[in-house]
Order: sequence, then C-alpha cells, then structure tokens
Amino acid sequence: MSGLRILVPIKRVIDYAVKPRVNRAQTAVETANVKHSMNPFDELSIEEAIRLRERKVPIQEIVAFSAGPAKSQDILRTAMAMGADRSIHVVVEEKDPQLEPLGVAKLLKKVVEEQKSDLVILGKQSIDDDASQTGQMLAGLLGWPQATQASKVDISDKTVTVIKEVDGGVETIKANLPMIITTDLRLNEPRYASLPNIMKAKKKPLEKKTLKDYGLDEQPRLKTLKVTEPPPRKGGVKVDDVDGMISKLKELGAL
Amino acid sequence: MAASSRVAASLRRAALSSRPSPCIRNIRPALQVRWKTEATTSASTESVGQLDAKGGLDGPAPAKSIKFTSDSYPNIQRESKFAKLSEKHVQYFQELLGSDSAVLDGVTKDATEDIEPFNADWMRKFRGHAQLVLKPSTKEEVSAILKYCNDNMLAVVPQGGNTGLVGGSVPVFDEIVLNLQKMNNIRSFDEVSGILVADAGVILEVADNYLAERQHIFPLDLGAKGSCQIGGNVSTNAGGLRLLRYGSLHGSVLGIEAVLPDGTIVEDLSLLRKNNTGYDIKQLFIGSEGTIGIITGISIQCPRRSPAVNVAYFGLESYEQAQKAFVAAKAYLGEILSAFEMMDGRTQKILKKVAGTKLPLEGDYPFYCLVETSGSNTDHDSEKLQNFLEHVMESEIVADGVLAESQTQVAELWACRERITECLGHWGGVYKYDLSIPIAQMYDLVEDIRERLTKDGLLGDTDDHPVVDVVGYGHMGDANLHLNVPVRRFDKTVEKALEPYLYEWTSKRNGSISAEHGLGLSKKPYVGYSKSETMIKLIKQIKNLYDPNGILNPYKYI
Ligand SMILES: Cc1cc2nc3c(=O)[nH]c(=O)nc-3n(C[C@H](O)[C@H](O)[C@H](O)COP(=O)(O)OP(=O)(O)OC[C@H]3O[C@@H](n4cnc5c(N)ncnc54)[C@H](O)[C@@H]3O)c2cc1C
Repeated sequence: MSGLRILVPIKRVIDYAVKPRVNRAQTAVETANVKHSMNPFDELSIEEAIRLRERKVPIQEIVAFSAGPAKSQDILRTAMAMGADRSIHVVVEEKDPQLEPLGVAKLLKKVVEEQKSDLVILGKQSIDDDASQTGQMLAGLLGWPQATQASKVDISDKTVTVIKEVDGGVETIKANLPMIITTDLRLNEPRYASLPNIMKAKKKPLEKKTLKDYGLDEQPRLKTLKVTEPPPRKGGVKVDDVDGMISKLKELGAL
Repeated sequence: MAASSRVAASLRRAALSSRPSPCIRNIRPALQVRWKTEATTSASTESVGQLDAKGGLDGPAPAKSIKFTSDSYPNIQRESKFAKLSEKHVQYFQELLGSDSAVLDGVTKDATEDIEPFNADWMRKFRGHAQLVLKPSTKEEVSAILKYCNDNMLAVVPQGGNTGLVGGSVPVFDEIVLNLQKMNNIRSFDEVSGILVADAGVILEVADNYLAERQHIFPLDLGAKGSCQIGGNVSTNAGGLRLLRYGSLHGSVLGIEAVLPDGTIVEDLSLLRKNNTGYDIKQLFIGSEGTIGIITGISIQCPRRSPAVNVAYFGLESYEQAQKAFVAAKAYLGEILSAFEMMDGRTQKILKKVAGTKLPLEGDYPFYCLVETSGSNTDHDSEKLQNFLEHVMESEIVADGVLAESQTQVAELWACRERITECLGHWGGVYKYDLSIPIAQMYDLVEDIRERLTKDGLLGDTDDHPVVDVVGYGHMGDANLHLNVPVRRFDKTVEKALEPYLYEWTSKRNGSISAEHGLGLSKKPYVGYSKSETMIKLIKQIKNLYDPNGILNPYKYI
C-alpha cells in the first residue's frame, strides 16, 4: 500500500463563541454578518489527520472537503494551512435546497469512491444542527466499520485502534481499514494556522464542484416548521446581606 | 435551536476543561475570584493565592502580610487637621444610609475581615487603616456623606473597583472609604446616537456586555474589565487596549455627574457632542483620581461594535522589526487597525510558566506583537489583512505568526497580552512603571534597567535575589511602555535602584512618568519629572478651589 488516502469533511458553521439569534420570521437562525468558522469537531479531525502523518503513519494524501456556500472556501484554506494537502468544495448556496445528513452522506460516498479514500475522519456532530448522523450513515452506505467519538487513534498497518468515550468510561475498539472515524473533544488540541502556512495554503489546489458533478439532486425530506429561542433563564436576585438572603430563602420555602 | 445552543454551551465547557489553553472566559472571572478570596482570607495574608491555588506550580507562596503603607512610607504623616472617627459619626452614616450592608463599621466593633479588601490594593503593595466603608446608592446619599465629612473634617477615599495601580484607591491612614459599587444602574442608551448614561459604579465589563447586546462597544477596554468601574476608569482617565482606535476618554466622555466635597451636586450629564459654552469643567474630573469630587454618573459616546474582528500574533527577531511591523500595520490596515500591542519574549515565557499556557507559536522570539483589526465588512477587512500579512511575511519583518481562525482563538491570542499583568505577580510583588516614551527608544529603557539591576546583583534566579526579571510590554501603538519588575519581595534597595533613575531617564527623553495609570500615591513625588513648576502650581490651585479642606483622597496626586 502506497499510503493512506484520508478524507476529512468539514463544515462552516456559526462560530461557537457567538450566541445564535433566531430570525424575525422564526424560520431559521440569523446568519448574515455573523462570525462563522470551522465546526470545532472538524478542527479536531483535520488535526488528527495531520498528527497521524507527523507520527509517521504512511499517508499519501489528506484531502479536506466541504459542501456549502462560497465562503466555505475560507475554512478549506484554514484546513490546508493547518496541513491538509488539497481540498474539494461542492458549492451549495444558501438559496439552494440545503443538504440533510443523509444527503451529505450520499455525497461523501461518491467523493470517497472518486478519491479512493480509505479513511474518513469526521466530527461527531456539527454544532449548528447537532444531528450527529453523517459519519454513521456514511459507514452504512459504504459498508465500512466505524468508530465514533474517538478520543485516541492508533494505526499500524491496516489495523486501527480507537479509544472512544462512552457513558461511564472508555471503550477500545479495533477494526481494519478502510473505515470511518468520528472525533470527540478530548482527541487532540488543534493547532493554530501559522502565517507561513496560510501563505502556502493559498497555492494548494482547491477544486470547485457541484452536486450535479456527483450525479446528485438531493431534495430535503424534512420541513422546518418553526425555530424559537430557548425560554430565557429566570434571572437571579441580589440580596444585600446575609439577613436578606435568609429571609429570601424562607420566602421561597427553601429554609 | 435549543439543543444546538445547549451543545455549544457544553462544548464550550468541555473545551475549557480539556484544553489548558488560556481563554478570556478563564481570565475575567479570575480577577474577581481574586477579590473573593481576599475577602475571606485573613487580613494579613499576602498569598499570591490565586495562581498558585489553580496552577499549583511552585506550591503556595509563603504567606506574609501586606505592609501598611504608613510603615513602608514613614515620611508620610497623618494630617492632624482630620478628625478621628467616633461612634457619633458612624451613627450619622448608619441613619443616613439605612441598610447594614451600606456601612461596614469597624469603629464600634471588629470588622477587620470585612473591611480588609477595601484597605488593600490590587498589587498588594499598599494597605490602609480604614475602619469605615460606606456604600451609598444615590447621588443624594453621596452628597450628604461628603457634606458631613467636609463639615467634620473627615478624610475620604473614593473607591471604584480598586484595581488602580498607583495606590490611589486605598486609604493611607484612617480615611473613610466611599465605595461606589451600589451605584450600578445603566440609566439610558440611545441607539441612534450611541450615547450611554450610567452610574459610576457599573463594572466596565457589564457596561460593555450591555452595549454588545445593542451592537455597540464601550470605547475603552482593559485587562481589569471584570472588576473596574466606569467611574474609576474616568477618574483615572484609563487608556487601555483600544485607545489607538477610539481615542482617550477626554474625547468620548460627554458629561459627568459629580459631587463636590461640600455636597454640591454637579449635574453635567450632557448628551451633546458639541457644546462650546464656557470652560469644559468635566475635563477636570477626567483623570482627577478622586481629588476634587466624586463622580456618580457619566454619559459617554459609544461607537458601533465592529462585526468583523481579526487578531494576529507575531513573533519578531528584534524591537526594530516590531517598529517596522507597526509602520506597516498603519500603512496597510489604515482605519481598521484597532490595537497594536507589544510583548517582550520574557513576558510570554512567564505566562507559559505561571499560567501553564501553551503559546501560539512554536519557536521563541525576543518580541511579540498582537494586531487587531475591527471593521464593518469581513471581506474588505480580510483583503486588507491578507495584503498586510503577505507584506510582513515576505519582507521578513515578522519571523512567524498566527491568525485567529475563530472567536475562541481571538480570545486566546488576547489572553497572551491581557494575562501578563496577573502572571507577573506570581512571585510576590511587582514594581510597575507605566511610561510614555518616544517609540524608537521605548525598549532601550527595559534593557538599561535589566543591566542595572543585574550589575547591582539584585536580579537572579535564586531566592537571595529580590528581582526575578525585568520585562516590557505595552500599548506600542500609543508609545506607552509598561516596564515591570517582578520581585520575590518588595525591597527598598530595588526601589532605590529604580527610582528616580528611570524617571530621570524618561524625563530626559521628554516622556511621561505616568502614561495612563495616574499619580496616586506612588507617582506623586515624581510628578516634577513630567510637569513644570507652573503646571504643578495650577493643578494645586484647582485642588484647593474644589476641595479647600483637602478631605478628598489626601496624601496623593499632587
Ligand atoms: C489587570 C489590570 C490591567 C490594567 N490595565 C490598564 C490599562 O490597560 N490602561 C489603564 O489606563 N489602566 C489599566 N489598569 C489600571 C486602571 O487605572 C484601572 O484598572 C481602572 O481604570 C481603575 O478603575 P477602578 O474602578 O478599579 O478604580 P479604583 O482603583 O477603585 O480607583 C482609581 C482611582 O480613581 C478614584 N476613583 C474611583 N472611582 C471614583 C469615582 N467614582 N469618583 C471619583 N474618584 C474615583 C480613586 O480614588 C482612585 O484614585 C489596569 C489594572 C489592572 C489591575
């Protein structure tokens, strides 16, 4: 084997430090003029792919992939500045019908076949829709083994060992390539894109494609009826002193 | 939606607990925690607690008491004209202010523990003997307090968040502390003009968060924002991180409400940008450090918050290169440049050591710069920034650098600058100097002082040397250097090696011995290095005019 061909799908989402706001029509979250960045779980995927290479796992190529609006190129450039070799962008504008996890999984299947990938590392979920389905569906469509919520990945020859976080502990699983891995927070600490690498990334190839190129015409199966804010948390009250607190607690029946 | 924000929130928590990287969210509360700990630790301990407790690096620092200012400055004598506090005085204030929490009474009973946080300053360098803390809630109460104090010759120290760095916010002897923390209401905000009117005791960060909800920004930002009050900021004419962009408070403050020592309430909460109708009296209060009146409210012009903010962090091979980077930033970024900060390599090493922070760059560099842009259009800004970055990389002005790719990284990069102040206190104390010096010579002073202290045998790695290091950082864009000397203990020989030497050095280059921190107690004796006799005389005249009895913040300023 001449080395792994890793595919890392990434998504552009509202920056996780930004508080999302619902639009007036209550149909979606406001995205105009809001800071976007790479889905944090996807940063972990990119980082892990690069670290595998740094750990001398034979890797032929790391390809970053994103389906989304033109601006998704920004995060692909970031991925390449971090260390991905090239990237593919399937343009899905905001006015176009949006892809659902199954649609993304079908698209990724085509990409995997086209790119002859033998390892796909995805985030365990994207923080906008929180569907947490894409990796699993892709594994199903490809008939590949999957390790979800990875917190440690080891590869020797064709065998992959993944430690994953589960309720109440960790689980160690082993599978053979090709396979799907989804990443969890403790996997690694993503690096900064350094300026020299940002410059270099500008010269790395970024291929622009459409859904049609992959023979897909996915229509949404779900309809969003309404988007609303979570109920506001009831504000606390300030008390002047200990006596005030005691009488307040009594009033609330806590004492 | 609900689920999404929940996961984002849990992600945030997980990220914070799993990553050792610094994050603004970690820092801001830290400043407050520090006060909370202090409020509960016994009066006489000076554990540099917080960092040790959290980082557990070198184990807890040896507890030792903060010296009373009256002991470390034996030449300052209590003025006999001031009355001693009696039970009768306390009773008056209790009746006036009503609630127990508004009067911390250490006169008729032992309240040392409650009062101690108001007696000791942020640096743990100054400590007073106050026995009474008053926390009025209205300007009328402030007025009644001052009138009574003026009539009875009781000295008063106005106090905000007590983050001042020159010993101005704590008493020297038994002055009454008048703290504004209960005056913390935002009064109004006009979305069209961007004018905010608020009580003096509003915490800077609270004001800024309030404005952020309304797409505006407070025209001042500084490391202590989680604790300092906007009234304190105006009283010290604080400069901070974005002066480069938004200018000084002398420009953005439109009006003030203040109480004079005789109880007169000065209502000048102007909502006008232009108002040429006589002397601009409010300017006197900006930077007056509580010497001529107590500010109870301000009106201030707040700019629109920029939706597009970018932050880059550079490593540079020399101070020369840092200057070139600054020139290039001005040329390439123009109006979107919002901050240009310089940190020497030593500050970043200390940050790494004390806070356990992983630094953004792999290699070590003698200088680092942080550049921030703020603008209204992401694409426009990105293009400018790209050109700037390409230029500084290709012309090798910058040796290495990173660009924040997310809001979290923005916060992490800022932490490399903002956490310095806090980390320097790790060994026990810091001699802090805040100087304006022509930009080209700014760093020469740091090297000069380092050499001087090394030659005197004061600086070294072991405990028998009082001085840990000599570091420099600051608002390079404003030619403002923070020269800091972290020490294992405050020591008169160190002080003598530093002062007046570095003031003379600064004066020779026509600099200022206090660029933004003010005079307070620590710079008072040296004001002559930056102000002429005539200027000092004029300042004294103003002081005497507004405060003829001298009850406000005595022993300080001028
Ligand atoms: C971590 C840290 C970072 C800092 N960074 C900067 C910086 O970048 N730029 C800068 O300029 N400063 C900086 N400072 C110092 C700065 O002066 C203070 O943080 C802040 O402006 C003071 O506000 P405060 O409410 O804490 O005032 P205090 O410390 O309580 O008081 C400061 C002075 O103002 C007087 N005063 C306070 N409130 C009133 C009032 N309402 N009426 C009349 N007088 C009053 C006090 O008597 C005292 O003389 C920093 C301090 C810290 C601890």
